[in-house]
Amino acid sequence: MTSTLTPVRSKRSALTKGQLPKYAPYAVLAAALIIGAAILALVGFNPFGWGVVSAILFAVGLVSWSAAVEGSRKAKDKLATCLVVGSFLVALLPLVSVIWTVLVNGIPGLLDPGFLTTSMNGVTGAFDNKAVESGGPVMGGIYHALLGTVQITLLATVISVPVGLLTAIYLVEYGHDGRLAKAITFFVDVMTGIPSIVAGLFAAAFFFAVVGPGTKTGAVAAVALSVLMIPVVVRSSEEMLKIVPNELREAAYALGVRKWRTILKVVIPTAISGIASGVTLAIARVIGETAPILVTAGFATSINSNVFGGWMASLPTFIYTQILNPTSPSNPDPSSQRAWGAALVLIILVMVLNLAARLIARIFAPKTGR
Amino acid sequence: MSKRIDVKDLNVYYGDFLAVEDVSINIEAKSVTAFIGPSGCGKSTFLRTLNRMHEVIPGARVEGEVLLDGDNLYGPGVDPVTVRSQIGMVFQRPNPFPTMSIRDNVLAGVKLNNKKISKGEADVLVERSLKGANLWNEVKDRLEKPGSGLSGGQQQRLCIARAIAVEPQVILMDEPCSALDPISTLAIEDLINELKDQYTVVIVTHNMQQAARVSDRTAFFNIAGTGKPGKLIEYGDTHTIFSNPVQKATEDYVSGRFG
Repeated sequence: MTSTLTPVRSKRSALTKGQLPKYAPYAVLAAALIIGAAILALVGFNPFGWGVVSAILFAVGLVSWSAAVEGSRKAKDKLATCLVVGSFLVALLPLVSVIWTVLVNGIPGLLDPGFLTTSMNGVTGAFDNKAVESGGPVMGGIYHALLGTVQITLLATVISVPVGLLTAIYLVEYGHDGRLAKAITFFVDVMTGIPSIVAGLFAAAFFFAVVGPGTKTGAVAAVALSVLMIPVVVRSSEEMLKIVPNELREAAYALGVRKWRTILKVVIPTAISGIASGVTLAIARVIGETAPILVTAGFATSINSNVFGGWMASLPTFIYTQILNPTSPSNPDPSSQRAWGAALVLIILVMVLNLAARLIARIFAPKTGR
Repeated sequence: MSKRIDVKDLNVYYGDFLAVEDVSINIEAKSVTAFIGPSGCGKSTFLRTLNRMHEVIPGARVEGEVLLDGDNLYGPGVDPVTVRSQIGMVFQRPNPFPTMSIRDNVLAGVKLNNKKISKGEADVLVERSLKGANLWNEVKDRLEKPGSGLSGGQQQRLCIARAIAVEPQVILMDEPCSALDPISTLAIEDLINELKDQYTVVIVTHNMQQAARVSDRTAFFNIAGTGKPGKLIEYGDTHTIFSNPVQKATEDYVSGRFG
């Protein structure tokens, strides 16, 4: 038996001949970085240029080495890999940059005492001047804006989810691709492209006409946001309802279950995870809207917990006004610190919503396993 | 707890397309009737007209009468939901509800209709239905586990348990074994033999041996060509159809010399 065993060979197998060694990419990368630094030193060094020049040198070096040793097929493969990885890095760059900038600028604001628990009520430029001159803590906070954002978004969700979900149910279960269904699909697509400021102006004009001129409340903002949310909810729910297998509907019908019960108890529970995550993503989409809130809810510096009456602050409008009209015009730094802090809170909110969407999708997903 | 079905001059349409033409057939209570025939000959379409599942497809309609113990299923004012609660159906691919446990799948017919049922009654119904579907011993320790975790054959028997839990008069089976391995197929065939003591069973199958093994009477459907309607060619005792058919087409089909 032992005689049939192949002896262990120390030299490279004939099947792996003509390949670049494993360390090749790292060697080329090191060379590219060094040469790139040298070239940049001639014209004046900066990190961004260094990265770009090194990346080009790396791609050229690796591809031509590979073409020389491995042939054109492998070289094309290396080129494609370089392009794909390069595009990925380019796409990632702004994201990382935004998160980094907001973290660096936002954390000092967030760490201010009372930042999350106080409003801007009574905080005047004098406090900011004192904070800058004597180095004391920055007064004021975003409690009113956070409260406004949460309330407005919640109300917008309460309006859009029933409307959007019922529309999707009509389109998938009752529309039969008829004229009405096609018209609804067309107008939902049009609604998806409405600029947010137009949605805001629509809601403002609607309430001016119905309630009275100058009506600016959180509810008006919620209506404006739901104009933006409804098409997203319709689209995502429609897709989710469509992928529920028809066999499940037929199974329910064959048990003598009525159509509306089938939809309510079989179709929607099967699709609920996708619907819930679609709704959460729609919320994340509108929570950062600025323009429609400015024209519908105005902005406030004090706490207003009544979404149906009075002007209301929200995080995006808070950021906008703090940057554009600093509380103390002579010392704008405390205001911009508050704005960055609010931006960080907004990003955290969106991130939490996205995580919640994943969690919801997992909790409601049809169970498998034995 | 079983009723006979008499079909008179039934035409089945998809929109303007005549899919099945002029079928008249008498299906006996407490027996197994098999529909055989080549693909596309309309046997599944015809089966679906027997519990008004056909009309779930947009544009589908029928002409003629289907009598369940003398009552016309297609009479004016007849609610298809009532019809379907009396005539259950098992589909080609096992389709347990993925969001429900094994127990809830069996109780689906009751729970989805919001009928009130005490826990004791529900337990009795679950056990009786699963025993009726020969599945009780395999799943009795994991009734709260999801139904989609079962094997294909077990899932199909779960679907049969779900169908008999609503206590229908008739059970229609649309190629119930075509997605299953031979062992699971045997389990389902044994089950069909037991079911006919209580129910009227109608089964569509591509497998002629299966038709010969399980059915009392067999109907042979055929189609003259693409775009032509399917027709009932011959209907009689299974033994006669397979050993001494009247029609030449039937003999060609059952002996494998088709075409």
